[in-house]
Amino acid sequence: MTLEDLRKLRESKKSEIEKRNSEGKDVEIIIGMGTCGIAAGAKESLDSFIDAVDKHGLSNVTVKQTGCMGLCYVEPTVEVKVPGMPDTIYGKVDAAVAAQIVEDHIVNKALVNNHIFDKPAADIIKE
Amino acid sequence: MHAAVSDFIVDCLQNSVEAKASEILLEVDQTETSIAVLIKDNGCGMSCGELEKALDPFFTDGVKHVHRKVGLGLPFLKQAIELAEGLFDIQSVKGEGTELRFTFNLEHFDSPPPGRLDKAFLQVLMFSGDYNLTIVRKCSTGDFSDQWELSRGELIEILGSLENSRSLVMARDFIRNQEDSMKRQEKTDG
Repeated sequence: MTLEDLRKLRESKKSEIEKRNSEGKDVEIIIGMGTCGIAAGAKESLDSFIDAVDKHGLSNVTVKQTGCMGLCYVEPTVEVKVPGMPDTIYGKVDAAVAAQIVEDHIVNKALVNNHIFDKPAADIIKE
Repeated sequence: MHAAVSDFIVDCLQNSVEAKASEILLEVDQTETSIAVLIKDNGCGMSCGELEKALDPFFTDGVKHVHRKVGLGLPFLKQAIELAEGLFDIQSVKGEGTELRFTFNLEHFDSPPPGRLDKAFLQVLMFSGDYNLTIVRKCSTGDFSDQWELSRGELIEILGSLENSRSLVMARDFIRNQEDSMKRQEKTDG
């Protein structure tokens, strides 16, 4: 693949039908890629997030890496910010949980309760 | 500390980004028996005294990570290389930048494996900041030798922001394609 091929691929993808977030603001996925995260498999989680977002055809999602969030005991950790939902920090996010987060939290606007490690508010967590 | 050479690369490259470099060069030259890495940046650089302290695990400048009490990246890299009898060299000029070179002998028992370089290349492109990064990736086995190059600035120009997941998918696939096409030539050669 040359850079020209990449440019053409990008142009062709632009014309595909895209699902947009209702408010038009970006969804943010911030993955902890400190040494603790990497040791726990955060690189695989990153791949899984990129794949899942691509699979669902989402276009307004930003994916960033950050350092250790201080939740080393439940790495990999990910902060998910979806406009209209509480900012949530998830823990023990392996590749499968990453896919689940994209499907449940980002697409269906439902928290993945059993992986929340920074509770947005006690009353919205269902036991 | 790190499981693979690829992890050391991401760690040290992060130092260049945190040194506010606008131009970073990453060269990875791999043979069947060795992997040589060059990370050169035009960041804030270090004086002789600071460079000596940078190799001390108990030192960090207190500015870039305010709550940290240790700076482990370089000391652990140096230790890993010493244990595996590789090569390590770091030069820096305050106000001009830093040049870090290291080589691991992959046949040495204590050497870490190369690791997933394709993932490392994506990670080093994903740091926040306005830095141009040039990746020069070389591979040689026996008579065959190949390389590919990539510039972060060009990639952003073609794909848009590398924070966007769509750009990341394409960047990731592009890098994997570059890596795979090198390996394919390897197999068909002789």
